[in-house]
Amino acid sequence: MNLFTPLSWNDTGFILTGILNTVYISVIAIVVGSLLGLLIGFIRAESNKTVNVCLGAILDILRSVPLIIQLILFSTFIGVMGFPLPPFVTGSIILSLYTMAFMSEVFRSGFNSVPTPMIKAARSLGMNYLQTVRYIRIPIGMRAVFPSWIGVALSVIKDSALVSVIGYMELLRTAEQLISRTQQPLMILIGVGLFYFMISYPLSRYGKYIERKMEI
Amino acid sequence: MDNYEFHWNVVFDAFPQLLTGAFTTVHVSVLSMLVGIIIAVLLALGKMSETKVFYHIANIWIEIARNTPALFLIYMAYFGLGAYGIHLSPYVSVFSALVFINAGYLAETFRGGFQSIPKTQYSAAKSLGMNSVKVYRYIILPQMFRRIYHPMTNQFVWSILMSSLGILVGMNELSGETQRLQSTSFRTLEFFMVAAVMYYVITKLVLLAADLIAKKVFKGEIS
Repeated sequence: MNLFTPLSWNDTGFILTGILNTVYISVIAIVVGSLLGLLIGFIRAESNKTVNVCLGAILDILRSVPLIIQLILFSTFIGVMGFPLPPFVTGSIILSLYTMAFMSEVFRSGFNSVPTPMIKAARSLGMNYLQTVRYIRIPIGMRAVFPSWIGVALSVIKDSALVSVIGYMELLRTAEQLISRTQQPLMILIGVGLFYFMISYPLSRYGKYIERKMEI
Repeated sequence: MDNYEFHWNVVFDAFPQLLTGAFTTVHVSVLSMLVGIIIAVLLALGKMSETKVFYHIANIWIEIARNTPALFLIYMAYFGLGAYGIHLSPYVSVFSALVFINAGYLAETFRGGFQSIPKTQYSAAKSLGMNSVKVYRYIILPQMFRRIYHPMTNQFVWSILMSSLGILVGMNELSGETQRLQSTSFRTLEFFMVAAVMYYVITKLVLLAADLIAKKVFKGEIS
């Protein structure tokens, strides 16, 4: 009796679920992480040194502890607390916070890149503080850091593969399960790699293209 | 939270093992960084070379390393190569995946650093009577090294953090060791908290050392 059934067309749906889940959690992490990062970046660009150092220290923890440890720690922690959440929620929370830590740095340098005379000019034209933020600092500052934003977003898509450790069925985990059934690791893994490459490569080319365009 | 009691004694008893794990983590990252740098120089030269073959090999390597997840490459080394009858140990598969990625990222850093130095400086140094070796030794390389130093430290920290993926292939570095220890004592939370703190400390120590070296070598003139 053959215990290992080969890869068949019935598995397409399974793989598709994995692909969709990967895309889903990456998009959530990038959107939530960017919004939080924008807020934190703005606070850090505006606040005094004491606040800055405190915020920086907290964000630093998120950046200097491996994502995989954060995921395991958080999912065990909420389990111990008595609020077990589904892997998708746990994964999204940690991945978003992780993204936020990197995005806040990107956006902070974006806010700082807007020259002060430009803001003063806007104020002298009668804009209030919020208007300078809305019409001057965000559009100009964010444009300057767009290539770095793409870079962080790409690394989040790649890091989303780690959410598999807490049981979220993303692409790499579905592949792993297929491998254990079909015993054809190479073919399946190459397929998975190609998929990540197909998402990541065009984006990174686009980032480089924008960067080059901005230099000129 | 009320019905959970922290038991730190188990963790303190196992601390020597955790330290051994931390040593393996540093070990594999340092080694993967050193080998990665050597390959990265070759790749950067390949990417700038006129020969089409070298250019394409370097380009493919760099793009694969930059555009696929680290975990995928570790799986590729650990499970994928098994299909060809090449069975790598967890250490070797994590190490080779890290080398592959480090080389890809650093190659782009090196190329960027090299190209950021204007060609006119080369001509200027030549016109002052320096020969090629001297131009590189005194003009090009010191400036280039200053520019790539910071990205290189970042890459090193990245390797330390990413070596934690060894947990998934049963490698005995810090997180793998933590996983093994918690599975015998069921003190998951305590063990992983200690591991997180240890990673934080290792990262900070590396950055501190990098800063001190930079101050000593570049005398504060780092770009």
